Amino acid sequence: MSAATIGKPHAMSDKTTRPVSPLSPHIQIYRWQWTMALSIAHRASGIALTVGTLLLVWWLVAAAAGPEAFQTAQEFIGSFFGQLLLIGWSLAFFYHLSNGVRHLLWDSGRFLELGPAYASGLWVLASTVILTALAWLLAIAHM
Amino acid sequence: MSLKSPLGQVRGLGSAKEGVQHWWLQRVTALALIPLGLWFVLSIIGMTHAGHDEMVAWLSSPFTAALAILTIVATFWHAMLGVQVVIEDYVHNETTKIAALLLMKGLLILLAMASLLSVVVLMVQG
Repeated sequence: MSAATIGKPHAMSDKTTRPVSPLSPHIQIYRWQWTMALSIAHRASGIALTVGTLLLVWWLVAAAAGPEAFQTAQEFIGSFFGQLLLIGWSLAFFYHLSNGVRHLLWDSGRFLELGPAYASGLWVLASTVILTALAWLLAIAHM
Repeated sequence: MSLKSPLGQVRGLGSAKEGVQHWWLQRVTALALIPLGLWFVLSIIGMTHAGHDEMVAWLSSPFTAALAILTIVATFWHAMLGVQVVIEDYVHNETTKIAALLLMKGLLILLAMASLLSVVVLMVQG
């Protein structure tokens, strides 16, 4: 886009008859804000959880396949690497859950003002840490 | 050439040529996954170090199996809708985009199917 057309939403480009719309700022020039990091983390945790379903599917299929296969899956999950994966999975799960509730509240028209939008972000971070810690305390108490 | 007015042609369609179904289903599955996801996490915490017998016993209850099936359906449906938006946002070549969408949806349907059948197999065993 030439410099002359920037900021002129109704200017016509040379090649087509489509109006040249103003572009939203690219991430490289957009001033970094931590609410933006939360937004990116929502997407990233969603992708991570989708990939993480592979572990869940393996666990269920192994159980259906029989005791030996299930034993192998349980041993992997109990291993250092397996536990590391579960810590990451649980963090992604509780973050996506907490921030997902924030999104649903936004969809209902609440917390959209600047102050509540920031404050609810802090609540999401607190809830992620608390819920993940609670889940692991339960798991340790169960062992 | 249609005799319908421009307003009549676009009403309810928007620039994406489809309605609000994708948006709505993503929210409905999200809402369902709040209780289902928490139930599932609590359940797998209970299954830490469980043997095969305990796993079969857990899923032999029709109540547990039903909740597991609902969790699996809601999870993969929600994931499919979410990853679709990510692909549509970042893949701009039409051919690549359609190929990526079909591949992603096919893979997730296979994973969902494998999980669902495993739950049914375990339920019948118990």
